[in-house]
Amino acid sequence: MFPILEARLLATAVKQFKIAAPEIAKKRKPGQFIVLRINEEGERIPLTIADAHPEAGTITLIFQEVGKSTEQLGKLKAGDTVADLIGPLGVPTHVEKFGTVVCVGGGIGIAPVYPIAKAMREAGNTMFSIIGARTKNLLILEEEMARVSHSLKVSTDDGSYGYHGFVSDILQDIIDEGMTINLVVAIGPVPMMRVVCNVTKNHKIKTVVSLNPIMVDATGMCGACRVTVGRRTRFVCVDGPEFDGHEVNFAELVKRQRAYLDQEKLSLENFRHQGGACMGGVS
Amino acid sequence: MTETTEKKKRTQISRQKMPEQDPKVRAKNFDEVPFGYTPELAKLEASRCLQCKKPTCIDGCPVSIDIPAFLDLILNGDFLGSARKLKEMNSLPAVCGRVCPQEDQCEKVCILGKKGEPVAIGRLERFAADYEMAHGEFIMPPKAPPTGKKVAVVGSGPAGLTLAGDLIKKGHQVTIFEALHKPGGVLVYGIPEFRLPKAIVQAEVDYLQKIGVELKSNMVIGKIYTVDELMANGYDAVFLGTGAGLPTFMNIPGENFNGVYSANEYLTRSNLMKAYLFPKYDTPIAKGKKVAVLGGGNVAMDSARTALRLGADDVYIVYRRSKKELPARIEEVHHAEEEGVQFHFLTLPVEILGNEDGWVCGMKCQRMELGEPDESGRRRPIPVPGSEFTLEVDMVVVAIGTGANPLIQSTTPDLKTNKWGYIVADPETGETNKKGVYAGGDIVTGSATVILAMGAGRKAADAIHKYLTG
Repeated sequence: MFPILEARLLATAVKQFKIAAPEIAKKRKPGQFIVLRINEEGERIPLTIADAHPEAGTITLIFQEVGKSTEQLGKLKAGDTVADLIGPLGVPTHVEKFGTVVCVGGGIGIAPVYPIAKAMREAGNTMFSIIGARTKNLLILEEEMARVSHSLKVSTDDGSYGYHGFVSDILQDIIDEGMTINLVVAIGPVPMMRVVCNVTKNHKIKTVVSLNPIMVDATGMCGACRVTVGRRTRFVCVDGPEFDGHEVNFAELVKRQRAYLDQEKLSLENFRHQGGACMGGVS
Repeated sequence: MTETTEKKKRTQISRQKMPEQDPKVRAKNFDEVPFGYTPELAKLEASRCLQCKKPTCIDGCPVSIDIPAFLDLILNGDFLGSARKLKEMNSLPAVCGRVCPQEDQCEKVCILGKKGEPVAIGRLERFAADYEMAHGEFIMPPKAPPTGKKVAVVGSGPAGLTLAGDLIKKGHQVTIFEALHKPGGVLVYGIPEFRLPKAIVQAEVDYLQKIGVELKSNMVIGKIYTVDELMANGYDAVFLGTGAGLPTFMNIPGENFNGVYSANEYLTRSNLMKAYLFPKYDTPIAKGKKVAVLGGGNVAMDSARTALRLGADDVYIVYRRSKKELPARIEEVHHAEEEGVQFHFLTLPVEILGNEDGWVCGMKCQRMELGEPDESGRRRPIPVPGSEFTLEVDMVVVAIGTGANPLIQSTTPDLKTNKWGYIVADPETGETNKKGVYAGGDIVTGSATVILAMGAGRKAADAIHKYLTG
């Protein structure tokens, strides 16, 4: 059992948990994730570790309520527990002094971008960050991102805050202005990552993306998370989650992410119908 | 009655069938297929044993169970004594009675099998173990005085569980590290409920915990701690029993369409995550109507039978050789046939076809014929030119075997592995090239059987004990 020490609402339907997990907190590196199971009936949910405090023995998780499991998770409060927490999983981000690094985070993707931006800054890179969301009240971690970036630009799709448009538009602009970029790290919804990769590919800028396919065990045992990278099938859980964005078959990834849409819908409807009260196993 | 006529009478009793669920009924539920022997049937079957002076069956058993002795105890109605006799050599008799390939081991060499049918040793093992589980009281086994030595066991499958049980009795402190949230390894994620109820595995694990074994689940060794870190954290020896968990795919076009599963994923969803109880349990699983399972082993049979239970109309086993070469146990093939699984022998899948949404809608196959024997001694399947055809399916499960998961090996660079990534270990002791590190089970041999992994665990336990106390 892993106790939730702190639960905060960051934006509409976006929650931040601080969970006691001392061993994971000590070991985890930027780019890695955990798998969480709420209770006995729960599925295994992969979530990026947004931050960790080894001395306090805590890890920070940020998630958006998009389905039954995340809605159920979102109902938990400080003092509640989750049954299982497994990690750290995945290959850590390759961090070194590249020169100028642009971190692009879209929506909930800002959560995994943040620890990478922080580590890149600590490694001596010039950090330029671009974050965006659909609308203002969905934007998260602006202050934190500003703190670890030499420069931060913000966009919203609807223009309710910052630049009116997409993060990829801002990226295109700074490339056009002639900035030398040594590495782009882009994390967010698949369409966003795909567009960013199209932009950087034209300028031959190395671009790393972090993928979030469906996973089950997340230890390389099942292959649910397979993705085609440069015509090779890779397992995101153990070979990733980060890959060369110019090599990823995003079209296939989108289709694979949608494999259980019908069941997910049914499960969410059932949950809401029961008033989200079916919390068996959670104390 | 003289001894000879008594023996003659015994040989006239035929091998007793185990009562089981009707195939039509069981193909729709996940309950265990056989009900097991009643005490009467068990005694009758046990009475068939000739109590050979030089029993060949013991040599046929990878863990050398005193088979005539445990059968004799059943015959005399001492079922608990019989279970204790089994447990002297086999810490998981309820598991082995169900999943051991007895027809290739003890029962294969039973003298009765020469003229008729061998004693149903496996069924009797299962009977005695189940009886003990239902009626026996927990008895703390004799334990050696504490040695002060600590052993880390990586993986809670059959090898790790056996080894942990042996070492705790020898006075060592034992901690099992399990990567998943539930202990049992392949017994839990791989073998379906209808073949091995999970409550049985849990009972075996509970027993180990009661006798002092510490269990840490959710611990992926290689990630949370490396083997070197375990040693640095105070473990005097490490046993690696991580299994062969890496799924193999066919490497044919279309394998990433939705509805294509590795058998590992399909079975893990159904068994470990209980997707067959969705939406009560949150993990979903595709419910194909026409399902192709690629491969001919036990895992293929398990997958095919799971698909039937999840509501498929047609389930095909697609296997490139003929029925004779099927690597699955005869009993499993028989059960699958009874339940309505259809077999496409001498058939090789060459491409999986998908629709616009990325879902499987068919599979291109090629007919094969058998040529000369290959290095495995089995006749090599060769393609028949111009024999391509398309099988209409909406789901495919790839069950053609597994490989070595590289998590431990890649984070333990000085650990010797072979060209397939399996750990190199002494077959008699489990010793690796790294001091204090032992390995056994599928991670050394590649996919094999539960009982062989248990045998490896037993041998490594003896070797580790010697290493720690010698």
